[in-house]
Amino acid sequence: MNTRGLRSQLKDSVPVTGMGPQVGAYGVQDTLRSGFSSVKNELLPSHALELSEKNFQLNQDKMNFSNLRNIQGLHAPLKLQMEYRAARQIQRLPFLQSSHLALDTLKGNDESISFEDILNDPAQSEMMGEPHIMVEYKLGMM
Amino acid sequence: MATLSVCQPQLGGFSFENCKRNAVLEAEVTKLGCNVPSARKTGTTICGVVFKDGIVLGADTRATEGMIVADKNCSKIHYISPNIYCCGAGTAADTEMTTQIISSNLELHSLSTSRLPRVATANRMLKQMLFRYQGHIGAALVLGGVDCNGPHLYSIYPHGSTDKLPYVTMGSGSLAAMAVFEDRYKQDMEEEDAKRLVRDAIAAGIFNDLGSGSNIDLCVITKGRVDYLRPHDMANKKGVRSQRLIRPVYAYKQGTTGVLTKSVIKLDLEVVEETVQTMDTS
Repeated sequence: MNTRGLRSQLKDSVPVTGMGPQVGAYGVQDTLRSGFSSVKNELLPSHALELSEKNFQLNQDKMNFSNLRNIQGLHAPLKLQMEYRAARQIQRLPFLQSSHLALDTLKGNDESISFEDILNDPAQSEMMGEPHIMVEYKLGMM
Repeated sequence: MATLSVCQPQLGGFSFENCKRNAVLEAEVTKLGCNVPSARKTGTTICGVVFKDGIVLGADTRATEGMIVADKNCSKIHYISPNIYCCGAGTAADTEMTTQIISSNLELHSLSTSRLPRVATANRMLKQMLFRYQGHIGAALVLGGVDCNGPHLYSIYPHGSTDKLPYVTMGSGSLAAMAVFEDRYKQDMEEEDAKRLVRDAIAAGIFNDLGSGSNIDLCVITKGRVDYLRPHDMANKKGVRSQRLIRPVYAYKQGTTGVLTKSVIKLDLEVVEETVQTMDTS
């Protein structure tokens, strides 16, 4: 199993939420949310921790899998990744909240509490997605 | 609010959406000469010492917000688990939330292992979390407790480095408190000596540092017993206001003026006329 495959999923640039790089709701730039637009703003992250937090889980997994491969051999990360992939597929379509129960149990997230559980609860989010657009985005049709 | 469509499902945790906007606002505000509101810090003197049977943790009780005292009696010794307590200096919200998260994680961990949690576990969890956020979480902690291997005391810095020592101090008053420790610390002290030493160290911090003040809280942890003494010593007591200065009282007590003579004259009155006037109640 090539752990380098995970590197292709790391994000070097952070897409701004919205329909496009500089475009907000009505086709003009969203000054309230993203400040005054400039090329530098679009390319660099807005906070020192932004990239590191976005890639944190991926980096942890990469480190753990390569440790596991060195200690127990190739089969260990291979089997685990297969289980993760299977658990990731048994969820609802993107618009509705899925519980991620199997995935959390495999990753050990059911026994720990972190900022993901306390801050910015998706159930309390002010914005609602549009079901068709979200499904199209997930299936890659958009 | 304009309709915005979201392509990906929302995730929990920190959201950096407003960072650029905040940076722009801050630049604008400083150009006008005003100040952005600052986070409430705890200023603080916190310290801990290992004695013969356990740990004594001590803290002052003042929380500052810039130059103003925000809380005259805040509690800086936080509960982590029945045998582990943690003092927090730095940004008040950060220390509060960090210790609560670690306390929850340690409870889940101890339920899953069915053992009393160890201080080294709490230390490892705290340092990994603080390093993950690269010092942006401003929490400087003194962690102490007694577990199956005896008493342990750690100091944890906001960027994630830790030290395991027999006596530690943190906060803006740490130098004053450390001076007292360096002078009078001995190995294997008795409990009363250790309490007196910690009380004097915190008092040194309170009287010599602007960021620390008010009372002294102590927490004594030994195997099987925790004494949370709040307040242990009220070093700065506010005076009692005299009633007369708020609202001057013109009534004097009976007997203020001495009575020299007393004469009573009875007036004979007789009824001349009696009339009744009815009230109009319609």
